Amino acid sequence: MTQNERIDNDLLDTAAQWRDQGRGVALATVIKTWGSSPRPAGSHLVVADDTTFLGSVSGGCVEGAVVREALEVIADGKPRVLDFGVSDQQAWDVGLACGGAIRIMIERID
Amino acid sequence: MQRKLLDKLRQARAEGLPVALATRLGDGVQGLIFDHGSAGDLTLPPDRLAQVRTMLDEDRSGVLGEGEEEIFVRSYAPAAEIVVVGAVHISQYLLPMASMSGLAVRLIDPRRAFASPERFPGLEIVTAWPDEALAAQPPHRRSAVVTLTHDPKLDDPALEVALNSPAFYIGALGSRRTHAQRLERLTERGFGPEQLARIHGPAGLDLGSRSPAEIAVSVLAQIIAARHGKATR
Repeated sequence: MTQNERIDNDLLDTAAQWRDQGRGVALATVIKTWGSSPRPAGSHLVVADDTTFLGSVSGGCVEGAVVREALEVIADGKPRVLDFGVSDQQAWDVGLACGGAIRIMIERID
Repeated sequence: MQRKLLDKLRQARAEGLPVALATRLGDGVQGLIFDHGSAGDLTLPPDRLAQVRTMLDEDRSGVLGEGEEEIFVRSYAPAAEIVVVGAVHISQYLLPMASMSGLAVRLIDPRRAFASPERFPGLEIVTAWPDEALAAQPPHRRSAVVTLTHDPKLDDPALEVALNSPAFYIGALGSRRTHAQRLERLTERGFGPEQLARIHGPAGLDLGSRSPAEIAVSVLAQIIAARHGKATR
């Protein structure tokens, strides 16, 4: 197994382990990118209900906002799709420094 | 995601099976799609399933369809691999670097003095002859094959197997003169110019590399370029 596979597996395993510990857990995944964006579709961020997180969806640009949204997903269980970047400034103040845009899905791990 | 589905996904990954997680974005209903068969609550029409399997085959993640039928596909394909022939000094750098870059690694060298655990801690080295080792586990479309021994007895048979495989990258270390002689030998073995053009020789991008670590970087950089369809020469 390669290091990358270990890291990817770790994120899915981490989600499972945190659930086993009784913590609320959400999984955020990049589903689409436009222009220059730091992480490709499929990149994961795992968030626990105490705001601990692992992985990345943007290399650091929007993780804070994703974690905040993930806490709401953990609370109400409704999956969400969010857009970040220069193309949608009305919805989000958080832009990507690279000028790209990303769409992120956040789901609760039940 | 339902916990049951997450655990099935993790199990497939642990077994090295290609698997895609498909999510209908409108309502969050999910399913797993394997090369053969599927699991979960999401049912997809046959043509959509075929599209998902193509994405899985190409290790691509992304969105398919529109409106209520829009789905996100997350492909979890097994890693591409690098097969290195020759447990030489460069390999001691190339293999860890390749592993960090996400490649699965295989090292082949029948010479036990080279293929010692002291030189490659934690790595299982195949000590069969390269052509036998490669025949046992043939290179596939996600394989890069690199020969580093400088010894025609070891390098040439490996290159022959690689040339007869769909490996996405073939590289052979050695000076231009050595490589010219290698091409002559392989021509005598019946390989044509088009086939032989697949071999990157001398292996590696021209970075002016001198040390074993620098040469490893240049070879790995060339493999990454080949993997992503960029110019490698």
